[in-house]
This record gives sequence, structure tokens and C-alpha cells, in this order.
Amino acid sequence: MNTPSDTGLQAKLAEHAYRIRRFALRMGEVQGQGYVGQALGYADVLAVAYCHAMQLRPDDPQWEGRDRFLLSHGHYAIAFYAALIEAGIIPEDELDTYGSDDSRLPMSGMATYTPGMEISGGSLGQGLPIAVGMALGLRLKGNPAFVYNSMSDGELDEGSTWEAAMGAAHHGLGNLICLVDINNQQADGPSSKVMGFEPLADKWASFGWHVQRVDGNDLSAVIAAFDTARALTEAKPRVILFDTLMGKGVPFLEAREKNHFIRVDPPEWQQALDILDHAQGAAR
Amino acid sequence: MSTAATKKPRLTTSAMIASIASEGQRTIAAPFGKALVTLAEQRPEIVGLTADLAKYTDLHLFGQAFPERFFQMGMAEQLLMAAAGGMAKEGFMPFATTYAVFGTRRAFDFVHQVIAEENLNVKLCCALPGLTTGYGPSHQAAEDLALVRAIPGMTVIDPCDALDIEQAVPAIAAHNGPVYMRLLRGNVPLLLDEYDYKFELGKAKLLRGGNDVLLISSGIMTMRSLEVANALAADQVDVAVLHVPTIKPLDTATILAEASRSGRLVVVAENHTTVGGLGEAVATALLTAGVSPQFRQIALPDAFLDAGALPTLHDRYGISTDAMTQTIKTWLA
Repeated sequence: MNTPSDTGLQAKLAEHAYRIRRFALRMGEVQGQGYVGQALGYADVLAVAYCHAMQLRPDDPQWEGRDRFLLSHGHYAIAFYAALIEAGIIPEDELDTYGSDDSRLPMSGMATYTPGMEISGGSLGQGLPIAVGMALGLRLKGNPAFVYNSMSDGELDEGSTWEAAMGAAHHGLGNLICLVDINNQQADGPSSKVMGFEPLADKWASFGWHVQRVDGNDLSAVIAAFDTARALTEAKPRVILFDTLMGKGVPFLEAREKNHFIRVDPPEWQQALDILDHAQGAAR
Repeated sequence: MSTAATKKPRLTTSAMIASIASEGQRTIAAPFGKALVTLAEQRPEIVGLTADLAKYTDLHLFGQAFPERFFQMGMAEQLLMAAAGGMAKEGFMPFATTYAVFGTRRAFDFVHQVIAEENLNVKLCCALPGLTTGYGPSHQAAEDLALVRAIPGMTVIDPCDALDIEQAVPAIAAHNGPVYMRLLRGNVPLLLDEYDYKFELGKAKLLRGGNDVLLISSGIMTMRSLEVANALAADQVDVAVLHVPTIKPLDTATILAEASRSGRLVVVAENHTTVGGLGEAVATALLTAGVSPQFRQIALPDAFLDAGALPTLHDRYGISTDAMTQTIKTWLA
């Protein structure tokens, strides 16, 4: 049963998630297309990460004490920029430049372009092994920050993910938290059809990780999972497997098939925003 | 039926790490490991990472000296490179070691995207460069230079001997950015101390002058080139040797100055395939500058190389001292 403070926190984070979804849709509208389905599906996780769990200073994205968030799935940049805007790291008016020439917000995330973007993701399967190195480095420096590696379920196909999974457990990296977005969709179709990955929780556990699997669109579950991962004292890496629904919050996008990279007709962007606004208005 | 008396001496297939030293050659053990330990005493940000090849890259000396700064990544080269990049992002200077085949071919995208694209301060030190093992293409990195040369911002070093390595280690550490250094490990020849030589990053050095042939070489081929020069001197052929330990950025000015001297056959000698190594780099520099001497390449063929004993293979592919000497005589005839 939720306590009143839990309810308040959830309501606050629901508001953040709503705004992240809205920012992502507005960026999608700039280009008329994009990885909007993923952004809508992952917004709740990003809201909890950036507006609840992580230590950060919006005016100093390189603050040494910050928790590191690695966007391994670089194509989720549209979702991530929305979270950076919501966290106050990127100004809102910059979203109109998304994917445009000379923008700080390229279609695929790159460290050298965007404040708060820790790595150049997009060559999938690179985030987790980089996170291993950063976690080793932080530990050697005596810096208590966490490293979050955010990745897609498609990246479970990459061998480097499992090299890193072994390495992180071998080195006892309790400062490493891996977030996996399981929306069961990759370029060629459902991830489970492209390269089956179940039983996923058992796989990670057998690699020596602390595992949680939760509904990534249930804010109370997402909050609890982050809190648990951070509070553990065991010297082992932690993974949170988030089952999410692509297009979450916009029913006609939730229902759209083959929605890895979606094209949305011009009038539909406003329809999608209206649906989000209406739902959030009702929730308030 | 053959008898013992008629049998040719059998050259056994090489051990993994075959000695590249000539007979009677002076050697120094583990110059890379020793130089790194010495440097790391002054530079606390240096860390060492390897992929199950510490002993075979001389990094074990660093691991013994600084166990808390040594990280075993297992036989996982993608993890090795990405984790080295991650440590560099946290302010450390990782020296990452493996064999050249694995550091380049296996982990290429991780070197390219994680390390080079962000200009991270990682030093890749990779053993068994070119044809320095008889194990066949699985271990022969005949194309390593071509691969790393193609990466923007990558500094590429091909040291000749123990002295070169000892001096290159602090030099590459002083350079802020990614470096690929070909590593000679174990008992490494020592010869450059006989010359007025000092390793300088980005500089080619003329080791000896000569009026008939200009040999431009890197790595162990500089050792061979000096031996060739001695051999040809007996035939009154005067050979200059220009050592180019930094493959990228190339010391174009020195190379052009030497190659512009008229009347000399210019030969580039490299322990690497003809594709994409020093030879092509020099050829491009010469053509671009409008310098067109007689030009020849001594290099490994564009082929999957044989397994066998290293001396056999170096003869077979024309990079032994004898083979080089004969080839150059043919060109001069």
C-alpha cells in the first residue's frame, strides 16, 4: 500500500514523465519521424532516473560527483534529450533544433555534441563495457557515484554486452546499475523473434548480477527498483529489466505495428499531444 | 629412404613468440614492462589493462608493481578497449595490451568509436605485429597498421628495438590522445644505442647516410635495413637508412627531403602487407609533393600468410636480411 509521501512522489514523477513524453513528441514533429515509440515507452524510467534517483547538478553537467548515465542505445537520444530538458541541463527552446544541421541534438547521441551525454552510443553493445571501465575508475578514485548504463533489449544480441556482464561481476562492481528497456522491438521485428533472449532474469543472475524485473510503465515499481538497486550493499553489479510498452500514453501509437522507427502524419503529432494533455489533466 | 645424414636441419614451427633477434644480437628483456613501471612511479594516473595476455605483453611487470592499478579483463578484447575508454573518461591513462590481431581486428569498432571518436587518452600496446609469429593468419597481424592508420586522430608507432620502446613509452604518455604502439616483448633486440638516435614522437631519423639507395623503414624492418646496408656495403653499394617509428602522423618533411635527393633508389621496407602501411603512406606523400624517385616496396604480400618457422617465413616473404639484400641487388642490376 502506498503511503501519502509515496503517492506524492509518484504524482510528481508522473508529471515529469508526462513532460518528457511531450518534449519527445515535439522533437519528433521537428523531423516528422523518429524513435518516438521508444521515447514514450521509456519516459517513466527516465523520469525516475533524472528526477528522483540520480545525483546531478543541472548547471554543471560534468560535476565530478554526478552519477554517470550512459545512453548505449544512441537512437534513444530523442527520449534522452527530453529527459535532459526536463532535468534542466538543456534549454527547452533548443528542442526545435533536434536532428538539424549544427544542432547540439543529433539524431543519434554523441558525447561531443550534447551536454550531459556521457558517451557516443549507437554502435550497440558498447555502453556496458564502457560502464565497466568508468565504474572501475570511480572505485579507484574513491568516488561513490553510480554508473548507469541504459540499453535496449536488442543490445542483448551483442557479445560485448556479455563480455561486460562477466567483467562487471568478476570485478564486483557494486557501483554499476544496468537498465534494460525491454520493449520487444528491434529493427527487423520483435526482439524475441530476431534473437530470443529469455529467460532473461535467469541469464543475468547466472552471470553474477543482482536482478530485478519490473513493469517499466508502473512508476511505483520503477521507483522501488531504482531505490533497491542503489541501496544494496552487496559488491555485485545490478540490473533492472524494464518491460515497457512502445508508444505508451498515446493509444494509436501503442497500437501501431512495426514501430521501431515510426513516421507520424503531420496532424497526428498534435493529436498525440492532445491525448497526453488530456490524460495528464485528468490525473491531476 | 632418407637418413639422418641427408636430412636437412628441421626448423620447427615457431613458438608463439619467436625471437626476432638475429644471431648474436644483443637483447634486453621486457623493455616495455620495465619502462612502464618506471613511468608509472611518476604518473599515478597510469593504469594497465589486458585481455588474458599480461605475461605475453610484459604487462605482468606493471601488475606486480602496481596490483591495485592493474585490471584483468579476461579474454574479452571488446571489453578491454571499451573499459580502457571508460577509465580514460574518468581521468586515468590506460595502457591496454593484447595481441595486434585482437586489438585491431577483433576490437576495431571499440577502438574506433569508444576510444578514438572521443580522442580518449588510451595507449594500445599490441604484441605480435605484422609477421612475428609462425601461427598463421589467426595470430599474424599483417594488416594492423592499415586498420589503425584509417582511424582519425590515432597516433601509430612502430618501434624498432628495446631502446625505441623504452623511449617511446614516456613519449606516448606525454601525448594526449589515443596511440597504437606495436609491441615487441620478451627478449627484444637492442641496436639503436649504436647510433646517434633518440625517439621523438612524429619524427623520422636518418640512421646512416648513403648515395645509392634510401631505405625507409619502421619497426623490426629498420633492424633488417641496417643489416642490409652493411651487407651491401661489401658490394660497394651505399645505403642510407631512414627510420620512421611514427607511422601516423607521418614525418612527411623529412621523408620528402631525403627522397628528393636525386639518383637514389627509394625502397620502403615494412613488416606489414603492401596495403595501407608505411609504403603506401610514403608513396602518397611523394606523389602529392611531386617527388618521383625510383620507388620499390619490400612488404608482406596481400595474402593470408603461411604457418611455419619465422626465419622460413621471413625468407619466403622477402623480409629477411638475405632476401632483402638479394631483392635490392636485383633492382640495382
